[in-house]
Amino acid sequence: MYQFSGKLKTFSLALIILGVIGIAFSFYNGSQKTIEDAKHVIEASSNDGHGGSHGESQNDGHAIEAPKADHNTSGVHQNVENVDKTMSGHGAHDDNSHAEHVLHQLQNRPWSAFYVALFFSLGITLLVLAFYAIQRVAQVGWSVVILRVMEAITGNLLPVSILMIVVVIASVMHLNHLFPWMAEGTFDPTSENYDPIVDGKSWWINSTGFVIRSIVYLLIWNAYRFFIRKGSIKEDTANDGNKTYKRNYNASVIFLFLFMITETTMSWDWIMGLDPHWFSTLFGWYVLSTLLVSALTVIAFFTIYFRSKDLLPGINDSHIHDLAKFMFGFSVFWTYLWFSQFMLIWYADIPEETTYFVARFTEYKLPFLGMVVMNFVFPILLLLNSDFKSKPWFVFIGGIVILAGHYIDVFIMVMPSTVGANWFFGIPEISSLCFFIGLMIYTTLRSFSKANTIPKGNPFLKESEHFHYYNIEHSEEGSADHH
Amino acid sequence: MSHYEAPIREPLVLGDKSYHDITEDIAKPIEGAANKNWYIAFYISLAAMLWGFGCIFYTVGTGIGVWGLNKNIGWAWDITNFVWWVGIGHAGTLISAVLLLFRQKWRMAINRSAEAMTIFAVFQAGLFPIIHMGRPWNAYWVLPLPNQFGSLWVNFNSPLLWDVFAISTYLSVSLVFWWTGLLPDFAMIRDRAVKPFQKKIYALLSFGWSGRAKDWQRFEEVSLVLAGLATPLVLSVHTIVSMDFATSINPGWHSTIFPPYFVAGAIFSGFAMVQTLLGIMRKVTNLEDYITRMHVEYMNMVIILTGGIVAVAYATEFFIAWYTGSPYENYTYLSVGAATGPYAWAFWSLITFNIITPQLLWIKKFRRSFTITFIISIAINIGMWFERFDIIAIVLSKGHLPSTWWRFEPTFVDVGIFIGTIGFFFVLFLLYARTFPVIAQAEVKTILKSSGEYYKKRSEQGIPTKPAIVVANTVVKKEDSDNNLNG
Repeated sequence: MYQFSGKLKTFSLALIILGVIGIAFSFYNGSQKTIEDAKHVIEASSNDGHGGSHGESQNDGHAIEAPKADHNTSGVHQNVENVDKTMSGHGAHDDNSHAEHVLHQLQNRPWSAFYVALFFSLGITLLVLAFYAIQRVAQVGWSVVILRVMEAITGNLLPVSILMIVVVIASVMHLNHLFPWMAEGTFDPTSENYDPIVDGKSWWINSTGFVIRSIVYLLIWNAYRFFIRKGSIKEDTANDGNKTYKRNYNASVIFLFLFMITETTMSWDWIMGLDPHWFSTLFGWYVLSTLLVSALTVIAFFTIYFRSKDLLPGINDSHIHDLAKFMFGFSVFWTYLWFSQFMLIWYADIPEETTYFVARFTEYKLPFLGMVVMNFVFPILLLLNSDFKSKPWFVFIGGIVILAGHYIDVFIMVMPSTVGANWFFGIPEISSLCFFIGLMIYTTLRSFSKANTIPKGNPFLKESEHFHYYNIEHSEEGSADHH
Repeated sequence: MSHYEAPIREPLVLGDKSYHDITEDIAKPIEGAANKNWYIAFYISLAAMLWGFGCIFYTVGTGIGVWGLNKNIGWAWDITNFVWWVGIGHAGTLISAVLLLFRQKWRMAINRSAEAMTIFAVFQAGLFPIIHMGRPWNAYWVLPLPNQFGSLWVNFNSPLLWDVFAISTYLSVSLVFWWTGLLPDFAMIRDRAVKPFQKKIYALLSFGWSGRAKDWQRFEEVSLVLAGLATPLVLSVHTIVSMDFATSINPGWHSTIFPPYFVAGAIFSGFAMVQTLLGIMRKVTNLEDYITRMHVEYMNMVIILTGGIVAVAYATEFFIAWYTGSPYENYTYLSVGAATGPYAWAFWSLITFNIITPQLLWIKKFRRSFTITFIISIAINIGMWFERFDIIAIVLSKGHLPSTWWRFEPTFVDVGIFIGTIGFFFVLFLLYARTFPVIAQAEVKTILKSSGEYYKKRSEQGIPTKPAIVVANTVVKKEDSDNNLNG
């Protein structure tokens, strides 16, 4: 058994408290914003806009806001006109409605910062759960000694799910402007906010459905987590001819089946819905890949930590090597999906799809291109070498870059739609990150302290303890570890 | 890799086999004579192949107009068959490369034949990009060669050019990967051969393989590196094939999910074809102890998984087509128009064969039944052909302008060429089954003692499967006593 270390408890609680203070400050600061502030922002940027790149990026800012501002056009051609208007500049916009829009963006900032960190944290936890289910279904031999680590990380699922519900309800109650389709009058033909495109999708995009679906996803995931955690602990002492093990296996199959569907629809609801005019068929799997890499990295982090505290007997460099291989492989997989989506949209250049990348490429150029370096170039160069992959400290350093890169990926999925050009990485973002990192550390360690660190009853345990990948030299281990 | 294996795992080699038994079993079809059934199958395939060649010569000699294409539907059976054959080839690389990376021991009994299938399927696929050209004699213009037209170059922006690179790289890497794995097995046949001619041939084919420790070490390194290269390759090849469609602006083609979805479909159809072929082969070559129920079940599980991915992709396509709000999407692939239009039969064949039928494999009894697996695998192959046909023909039959709406009717030449490729494929595969070791004996021998039925039983009873390793220190050596050497 593991004793939750006092130091780490203090550290994680300190992160949580720091985060809460920062988040509270950002919300206070965000709600203080007035229409005058928005006008200041507009003025400041149009002063800059007499030439040079900044003016250009401000112009393109309208590409994102335009779908909401233009209500007189209909059909898919609306986006085409938006682009045209963007080209022709500010003229088409009524000053006040423009200022109001910028105000919403400013007010969205603390919400978005929180939402990005929340979604990232929830997604990582969910994908750890899915990876864990895959280990069970695929009857994986090597990873059994770290199954409890994965289980412990999924202890984070319940608190983040509750926070997600809170954000979903808050959005539906108009406490923020994250989802443009939730704006007053979007579905009302007599309103000047009427949006015929979104109205055409009202069978899917509507508040009731959104809330119900969100609750259903979270219920399914949490139900599996609850069931499998209980079942897994039961396995330790069951001794019933693998009956409990088989029940856990079946539950994991069912979960993966449901996961494949809910993950896709979840990404439509929670991320693609931020841009209700935009669509991409690949999107669900793209979100999946970014979260999967991050989840694998987090598993590797906690494994390395617990191993350094001698809590995982039987684990050796080969296990780390395997985790790093997964981090490497799925980094490439993420790049494959990122590139497929980007290239196909860039190649065909159909206006209603291209706006998405125009906004990101112009206003978020550095993070947009930076994340490709961090998520692809960096891992492919550093994690290709077999010796490097089996060095825990090396995997740790590589993992930090990968996690940061995928945080930026989620940031770029969310921010351009909610705050547009008014983005910055400051107190709201950092404090939200602090909060969720602290929460994850706290819940994971707490969960880890509640059960055996090794799943003793698993029929593949011995395989995992004897696991040794043939070209790993185990430099940091005594010769007694060789089998 | 550890040699310990959990008792819960089912054996992969049945019966009380020794290393020698494996050699005997695998060499038998090569060393014996072909029976009557083999000749019947071979001549039927040969006839189909020759008929197909006739249709190809007729097309090239007369013109593409002998096919059922028209000015709106410029791609139909040709590209359908191309994508279908490329897709079939993907399972081979998946089995040999991806399953190697995932350390799946069960791949060892099937990887050789799956790779052979890859190579023969890519041969068939490779025909279509040439013969569907209006001027196939200018086909070499797709290569970026310096020339006398002021170095007139190719445009690297076309996915059809990427296809050229993808398919030719894929074929060459698969071939090298396959041949490398064959070296120890060819050497085994060479060493057993009694007829001088046979000995000479297999001596040539095995490149002087002598099985030294250093050779094996490098052999494994090379296999791993090639597997690591073949995995992104297998994903990128079908991705590039999918981009033939996805880079266009046709509703129904322009869809970002195509790359991973085509790859999943390729693995799905490829595994179905492996099931079809191995279902027959294990019987006629008496390799039932190596290609067991467990292998069939594992492959069926991959089929369920990839079939599930494909099903999610269909649902996504269907949903997003509606979600776009674009009226054009409603006429095309997988939407209301496709399900009720003139190609409704093709659409519903796809749904039935690809989505509904494979769900039977959730039932363990079906998944482990050779007969049902065989039937379902054929259904999937038909369904996956329809998938490609639907994507291509339905989309082209109803484009943006109603005045260009047209239908496609294949001619006997379209059908004849397709039948010809099936014949050609089986000619190659039948010849392969008579001359190549269809199971990688060198690999199966590495798992015999951890995963063989006999040895698994012994280790469960606590009897060691291997002689204990003797740590010979100097004292023991000097005494030179037999008592100190166990087994």
